[in-house]
Amino acid sequence: MILSARHLTKRFGAVTALADVSFDLRAGEIHALCGENGAGKSTLIKLLSGVHPFGSYQGELVLDGQEARFASIRDAQDAGIAVIYQELSCIDELSVAENLFLGRPPRRLGIFVDRPEAERRAAAALARFGVGLDPAAPMRSLGIGQKQLVEIVKALLRESRVLILDEPTAALAEHEVEVLVAILRDLRARGIGLIYISHRLEELARLADRVTVLRDGATVATLPIAAADPETLVRHMVGRDVRDLYPRRSTPLGTPLLEVRDLAVASGRDGLRLTDISFDLHAGEVLGVGGLMGAGRTELLAHLYGTWGDRISGRVQLDGRPLHAGGPAARLRAGLAFVTEDRRRYGLCLEQTVGFNLSLSSLGRLSHAGVLARGAEAARNREWYEKLGIRAAGLAAIVGRLSGGNQQKVVLGKALMTLPRVIMLDEPTRGIDVGAKMELYALVNALTAAGCAVLLVSSELPELIGLSDRILVLSRGRLTGVFEREQATPEALMRAALAAPLARPDAA
Amino acid sequence: MLALKRGTIADLLVLLAVWAGLVLLFGEFSTGFLSPATLGSVANRIPALLLVATGMTLLMVTGGIDLSVGSVLGFCGTVVGVTMVDWGWSLPVAIVASIAVGLALGATNGVVSVKLRLPSFIVTLGMLEIARGLAFLAAHSRTKYIGDAVEGIGTPIAGLVVSPAFLCAVVAVVLGQGLLSLTVLGRQLVAVGANIEAARISGIAVDRPRIAAHALLGALTGLAAVFNCSRLGSADPNAGVGFELSVIAAVVVGGTSLLGGRGSVAKSFLGVLIVATLEAGLVQMGASEPLKRVVTGIVIVVAVLADTWRRRE
Repeated sequence: MILSARHLTKRFGAVTALADVSFDLRAGEIHALCGENGAGKSTLIKLLSGVHPFGSYQGELVLDGQEARFASIRDAQDAGIAVIYQELSCIDELSVAENLFLGRPPRRLGIFVDRPEAERRAAAALARFGVGLDPAAPMRSLGIGQKQLVEIVKALLRESRVLILDEPTAALAEHEVEVLVAILRDLRARGIGLIYISHRLEELARLADRVTVLRDGATVATLPIAAADPETLVRHMVGRDVRDLYPRRSTPLGTPLLEVRDLAVASGRDGLRLTDISFDLHAGEVLGVGGLMGAGRTELLAHLYGTWGDRISGRVQLDGRPLHAGGPAARLRAGLAFVTEDRRRYGLCLEQTVGFNLSLSSLGRLSHAGVLARGAEAARNREWYEKLGIRAAGLAAIVGRLSGGNQQKVVLGKALMTLPRVIMLDEPTRGIDVGAKMELYALVNALTAAGCAVLLVSSELPELIGLSDRILVLSRGRLTGVFEREQATPEALMRAALAAPLARPDAA
Repeated sequence: MLALKRGTIADLLVLLAVWAGLVLLFGEFSTGFLSPATLGSVANRIPALLLVATGMTLLMVTGGIDLSVGSVLGFCGTVVGVTMVDWGWSLPVAIVASIAVGLALGATNGVVSVKLRLPSFIVTLGMLEIARGLAFLAAHSRTKYIGDAVEGIGTPIAGLVVSPAFLCAVVAVVLGQGLLSLTVLGRQLVAVGANIEAARISGIAVDRPRIAAHALLGALTGLAAVFNCSRLGSADPNAGVGFELSVIAAVVVGGTSLLGGRGSVAKSFLGVLIVATLEAGLVQMGASEPLKRVVTGIVIVVAVLADTWRRRE
């Protein structure tokens, strides 16, 4: 047993965040931690890593058989506990090597950074953990997955024996996940204890040895992975039976709402392009868009929304009318809405209220001659607040303080309030808990039942397959497959995602 | 009705209490501070500050800033002086000319910084020099004495303690707050300042409100220049040196964020009262100019600190 938490209780004022939680981690084990947002996972991590210092909680931490009393994060780090947070703390302006030795670089004459030595040591460390990166490469040039690997190597260089990963795969594409999984398995073999938090239940099976489920601040169960199928985990997490994560529905397909023909787009800035894209999206249909990160999925949505790229050729029609140049304002007027994958950066004014954000795309409709109709605005805000089941202290609550799931509902509400015919969802369930995911799935079904069409990008294959009527797969900016629901197996989708693009894919 | 939120009311009360405290403090320590004459003179000192602070608040809410308002005030003043003294224009026409020139300079600031994607801090720093130079060129480096023709709007109305300029500035504050909290444009100003990318994706044409805020501030500065001339009876090309700092101080004391996304014209109004009262009170107590600056500087930092602390809770 490398690390044990015994009877931990942590209160914030009147709120009990953790109630008598016990948890242990073996050396050479990957121990997954599951639970809805607010179940206490973050609090537990903060206790283990010294963010909440000894004395601010009841219970004890035992590291290698000795009671550990961390007064600070630094204490915990020195004891060998490292946390890789979702929001990476690397510095883009520096190189990989400089990031690895941040704060304590090898020195010459005591004051000058010994760059060749740093790069030599960095190269050795990267090689030792099987990470194929150039130590001199600027951090900025790396993808999220690669940055994460740098952070992990950085933690290991500090002789960490316990590595805590907070949703490491949330922002990764499937092939990046593979790289990460291989490295984590290797670390396990080296006797390091790993605590692994993820909302992607499917990936636990191939990675974790045991799973502990938290609910409402208490441990519900610790299971060996063989006993932890997604159904069981979800039941423990939400405390109720979940018959089907992806409720089936049967909406008859209507007329084509969005028609894309021979679309070719280029963007000088990031050198990406989309080529030969053709598809139809019908009323009542959920059309999934699959592919690896960088395949052009987000770019396709962004181009349709008028925020990315220059169209070289092809045409796009919405409800029979051509969509020309023009930004989001014109798209929203035409009935096309977009929900971004990065809600904190592009979706919300975080310091503003729920109501402010909800009505932000509908101000034209909620005003007369430029003066806001505040009564109508409040009524409409209230309506969507209730329809989406947003849980907050009301419309005047500050959005930045809500949970990820509730923030996502606000972003959705903002888009839906414009009453779109077609809505494009980019990774709509990223970083939100199972309960909120299921509400979102139900909402997607309600939308299609009402005659809307949904264009869905998701990196989670089960979700993509579970929700979509048809799935397009992109690879390097081209369409490499169109799958009906019956043919859409994970294997088939992955094959298409990795495929060399077809010369001329069939339009649906 | 300005439909204030509870937190806003609390903020206003705090600022009001600070101002009342200052007034009482100066009343206690200097004889004659609480007389109608002194308070009236404070009231007549602030119209220019109020007008520009209103425009500055709207601009700072978008995350922008304008460092050139002092120079633009000086240049617009010389426009009033030259048109009235040298060209014999009537006051109303000169006022229109001053506002038009201010509007043009503000719009230039806005278009250059927004369309060319330069920080407004830099663009308006350039305009600070340009407008000041234009003021000296236009006035041939001499003060124009205008006299009675312009002093009327700065002198108290018979039977009232305050001047037409003061009333006009208060109307501007009310309209400015109404614009911010009751109109689509106001909502767009806040959204752009809070998160410009989110605003863009939400379907807001983000350039337009930012340029509008710059242009509006310019126009208000043009009007403020007239009031400034009326207070002195003349147009001095040197007028308004350091004025931008008093304005920004008042706006910041009122709790508007330098980063954008948060601000209130009503609170800036109280910020102006506090800054102006402080300056007038210190003069009344016989404080020297350097000492006045030291105290004002401390008050600004303390005010912002207090606001930050309240918000962190």
